[in-house]
Amino acid sequence: MKILVPVKRVIDANVKVRVKSDQSGVELANIKMAMNPFCEIAVEEALRMKEAGHADEVIVVSAGVAQAQETLRTGLAMGADRGILIECENDPEPLAVAKLLKAICEKEEPGVVLLGKQAIDGDNNQTGQMLAGLLGWAVATFASRIEVSDDTFRVTREIDGGLEAVKTPRPSVITVDLRLNEPRYASLPNIMKAKKKQVDKYTPADLGVDISPRLEILKVVEPPARDAGVKVSSAAELVDKLKNEAKVI
Amino acid sequence: MSILVIAEHDNQELKPATYNAIGAALQIGLSAGEGAEVDVLVVGSDCKPVAEAAAAADGIRTVRVADSAEYANFIAENVAPLIVNLVSEYTHILVPATTFGKNILPRAAALLDVQQISDISSVVSDDTFIRPIYAGNAMATVKSSDSVKLVTVRTTSFEASADSGGSAAIEALDATGDAGLSVFDGAEISSSERPELTSADIVISGGRGMQSGENFAMLERIADKLGAAVGASRAAVDAGYVPNDYQVGQTGKVVAPNLYIAVGISGAIQHLAGMKDSKVIVAINKDDEAPIFQVADYGLVADLFEAIPEFEAALDND
Repeated sequence: MKILVPVKRVIDANVKVRVKSDQSGVELANIKMAMNPFCEIAVEEALRMKEAGHADEVIVVSAGVAQAQETLRTGLAMGADRGILIECENDPEPLAVAKLLKAICEKEEPGVVLLGKQAIDGDNNQTGQMLAGLLGWAVATFASRIEVSDDTFRVTREIDGGLEAVKTPRPSVITVDLRLNEPRYASLPNIMKAKKKQVDKYTPADLGVDISPRLEILKVVEPPARDAGVKVSSAAELVDKLKNEAKVI
Repeated sequence: MSILVIAEHDNQELKPATYNAIGAALQIGLSAGEGAEVDVLVVGSDCKPVAEAAAAADGIRTVRVADSAEYANFIAENVAPLIVNLVSEYTHILVPATTFGKNILPRAAALLDVQQISDISSVVSDDTFIRPIYAGNAMATVKSSDSVKLVTVRTTSFEASADSGGSAAIEALDATGDAGLSVFDGAEISSSERPELTSADIVISGGRGMQSGENFAMLERIADKLGAAVGASRAAVDAGYVPNDYQVGQTGKVVAPNLYIAVGISGAIQHLAGMKDSKVIVAINKDDEAPIFQVADYGLVADLFEAIPEFEAALDND
């Protein structure tokens, strides 16, 4: 089985996001970028499936600007076998990404597509579900455990009320949640090896996909600031303030 | 303008998030100055009580019910075709941005070739919405050019509509059949006598500072005195102190109670994203540099293992 792992290049999760003064978006110039943390979890799970003998090839794919190649190299350094870059002028919207990935799935015929449940930039939480819809495949979202057998996946899903399990056939799309695993760090020898691994390049036109945006971003602003309040000196004072000043208990 | 709100429920009870989504639908109607006809879709199995509850909600034209075995567990592959069948009658389809809504709506959007708008927190007009991005560190105003808008609603950002006062007609829909793909294989649903995290008036949450699951009993006692729900930071869930459904934050639940008490939580941006719209925020933490104090209305710099028993005692003394 081949495993396809779509990955996204985003602002590093530890960097403080700043809105541009012209309100056109957030500042990306000279900002540290990294693989979306949920995508790292997906790559890790794919590698573990391969190491457990369930898969023979892990392919990382990214749709985005040319620098998304660095994100692919991160995945290759973790242990993925090869990469696919779909080079776009800007980051496509989730529906467009799903269409691009569908075209790749038709070429590669993976047994499972593993991807992060959301990217920490747009926080959309759509791409995996959309891809499954376009392919007519089963989807299991928010996975915290995946058990692989010959022709099915048993996926434990984190839902608002607790946990639930679904069995999905092969092929499936599975989106991963935080507690599925802890991604490995790439070792230096693997980082060196990753530089030699194959990365194929496509454009949306090569794949016959129109990625014109459907949403126009009119403006991006800072959220309303919340002022720091007061420090109290004791739990008794706190209870008093909550009762008599804030009147919330 | 006609809007379909997809109800969230467990085949027995209508979940409160549905009323917030209806509230958002009413706002979309108001934004256009003409009001909106709002229908509710109840998709489930043996879900008649849910349909009846939805029919009693204020401001609903029709409750449309698809009651069939294949919908029992809200499998996206089974639910999405039903949404697709109904879409031509509506200008907007709304669902709460919960794990239920996030799971089903993007699939329907893809089948309809529509770019969904996720997690709206405000309505500007019938095609323009504000939504948080980057864990709420920026707010984007987006305008959709799609002919129908598929939207998930940040429930804490919209007033719930009234759950009574209406008497909508209930209409049965034909089922769309089992896609034969995902098969439900059991659930572990947490049960609690306490209010639901996302709709509680008061939430008390613990972080890594709690040091163990057993210590959450201290918070539970206070929760029971205040009628509060208990939540947690990601760190506390990752450490195994409490189950995943306690998690408040960017990737967990978004809450906006009247009072949020953060105990032993440092206040990573991912946690703040899930609670900073709370009306009053209290932080109890021994590190006076903890970022949580930057958003707290009342901060108490103290060892929680001393402060929490004192807090409980002060509640009792009154």
